[in-house]
Amino acid sequence: MSDTAIVFENISKQYRLGNIGTGTLSHDLKRWWTVSVRGKEDPYLQIGQTNDRSTLGTSDYVWALRSIDFEVKQGEVLGIIGKNGAGKSTLLKILSRVTTPTTGKITAHGRIASLLEVGTGFHPEMTGRENIYMNGSIMGMTKTEIRRKFDEIVDFAGVERYIETPVKRYSSGMLVRLGFAIAAHLEPEILVLDEVLAVGDAEFQKKALGKVQNVSSVEGRTVLFVSHNMQAISTLCTRVILIDKGYILQDDETSKVVRNYLMFETMKNGSIEWSKEDALGDTTIKLRAIKILDQDNNIRNHFFSKSKIRVQFDFEIYTLDKSLVVGFDLTNEDGIVIFRSYHNDSDKKEWPEFKTGKNSIYCDIPGELLREGTYYICPKISLHAIKWIINSDPLLSFDVELNHGLSPLWTFYNKSNRPGVLALIVPWKNVN
Amino acid sequence: MSTTNKSWDLVIKPHGKFFSLNLKEIWQYRDLLEMYIKRDIVTFYKQTILGPIWFFIQPIFTTIVFMFVFGGLAHIPTDGIPQPLFYLSGITLWNYFSESLTKTADTFFTNQAIFGKVYFPRLIAPLSVTITGLIKMFIQFLVFILVYIYFIASGKHISPNIYALLLPVLIIILAFLTLGFGIIISSMTTKYRDLKFLITFVIQLWMYATPVIYPLSVMVGSNKKYMLLIQSNPLTSVMETFKFGFLGQGTFSWLALGYSFLFSIIVLIIGIVIFNKVERSFMDVI
Repeated sequence: MSDTAIVFENISKQYRLGNIGTGTLSHDLKRWWTVSVRGKEDPYLQIGQTNDRSTLGTSDYVWALRSIDFEVKQGEVLGIIGKNGAGKSTLLKILSRVTTPTTGKITAHGRIASLLEVGTGFHPEMTGRENIYMNGSIMGMTKTEIRRKFDEIVDFAGVERYIETPVKRYSSGMLVRLGFAIAAHLEPEILVLDEVLAVGDAEFQKKALGKVQNVSSVEGRTVLFVSHNMQAISTLCTRVILIDKGYILQDDETSKVVRNYLMFETMKNGSIEWSKEDALGDTTIKLRAIKILDQDNNIRNHFFSKSKIRVQFDFEIYTLDKSLVVGFDLTNEDGIVIFRSYHNDSDKKEWPEFKTGKNSIYCDIPGELLREGTYYICPKISLHAIKWIINSDPLLSFDVELNHGLSPLWTFYNKSNRPGVLALIVPWKNVN
Repeated sequence: MSTTNKSWDLVIKPHGKFFSLNLKEIWQYRDLLEMYIKRDIVTFYKQTILGPIWFFIQPIFTTIVFMFVFGGLAHIPTDGIPQPLFYLSGITLWNYFSESLTKTADTFFTNQAIFGKVYFPRLIAPLSVTITGLIKMFIQFLVFILVYIYFIASGKHISPNIYALLLPVLIIILAFLTLGFGIIISSMTTKYRDLKFLITFVIQLWMYATPVIYPLSVMVGSNKKYMLLIQSNPLTSVMETFKFGFLGQGTFSWLALGYSFLFSIIVLIIGIVIFNKVERSFMDVI
């Protein structure tokens, strides 16, 4: 069966940061004034920054999800991975109708049941039996359905002995088992699981994985599965989406995406290369390698601050697009972006030329600029003002050792203690 | 199978309709509504010794206190109705209104955890509170009936009349008012929590603007200036009609009852509109 079960179209979600409640009235009034009275666009929808929890933004509004487009086929087990705060759960929340998207549309076939966190909807004072009925009906089951499935649920959860005991006396493991058992026996067409397998003992985890597999392969239902457990993702999913800072970074076969994700976790030094299958990117461009080189074209990850640092991008272009922009952010250990560089920052005649097929371009970071420390390259590739293709976290790092500030003031401060993001020497002169 | 021309079961978009009371969906979730009601009633007296008796103790004790304070100390007249009956009738109706309203107003807070995890028609939660309250009221109504029979049997001058049959209408007005006001307040407290403090205070004052501890007939002479305020209160005619129908004393007018009925419907409609707007995205602001 290759019928489409869910379609996500241009889904974006904006959140307001900080202390909600203070100043909301004035924002509400301003919004109402511009949208309803003056008939203009919502002023607060135009601003907003990328969802990156590690750097401090200037705007109060942030995009937790930005232009998410994908489809899920029926019977598919789709994994969604990404770092904490990447937007995975927000996506599932929108799908489960807990919150609404700011823009875009989701269309789906069939009943959606979500098990976002085990144990929600349990009333501590009620018995296991009562809670099965309660929880089942919260998830949209009718009483007869639950009655039919009751023994199966109890059996799967393994709580027969305690079924007439209030669940406040249950151990947390028992609650998890019961919660999962109810959701797994729901028979919805689409099952949404968020980090549910992180709890419970090994035996139960195995049982739960088996059940999820069964739900999709035998019963033909669609499963969306969020987890940080790459092993579970690898066993269960046929396809994985990697979300980073609210964007889809990769949408491909499980093994490729998982390999890439793990690569992010263990930062490579000096150079990073991808095989054609694993490469980041889309149908316009695929990034094949990033290299950090010295002036003799040797790959290095340690530089003296006097020397230039060469950053080289190897990529393949499939469709030549005038708006294609290739570049990177250079960040330091504190996550501060020192600068962003694009291939077309300079005068138009100096731009490197792009052609379909393989391309290699480079730039030199000048010497006597960076202070001592570790620096990171975050590749940024986009169709300018249209969409991001790669908007990545640090993928590469290199170290810089200070050797260009020779006055005692530099050495006195033990090199790295001297304040400043850069170690720029600005010559001083007498005024005549 | 063609994938181009099929109907979707579910469409999620940023904005919903202005007024959408999806009764079909609520009907689909009727089992959940039933579970909610059952839960609220059962957990009310779990781990208590007296169990369901607590449903009766509350109005009886309040009546005794009212008899002492308002009847005994303040000498507020009861239109010639025996004090226990007079207070009990007021308390039964008023308790339903105030308790359900306070609880409904808290809908989004108390259900925050579950609303944040799963979707079901949010209206189920306040609806269950309203219905649970009704069930409690019926139980407490039994107390009233017992006392009522006692006083009739002991030959007191109580003359019920045909207007007692308006009881269902009174209950509908009460239920609409609690549900309507409740969901309006609950929708607004998600963003502006100030209302949460205001509501307990307002309900307290509201009781004094409602003929619960006094009959409407005391609003004469120097009290006349408050008459307009009391009459604009949609609960006034409910209380008075009840007392008129069952106890034969009080002020009854079709106009006042019609006003209350209309009022309750308008409040409910406004409530549903606001609730609809808030329920979709309240998780982001609460």
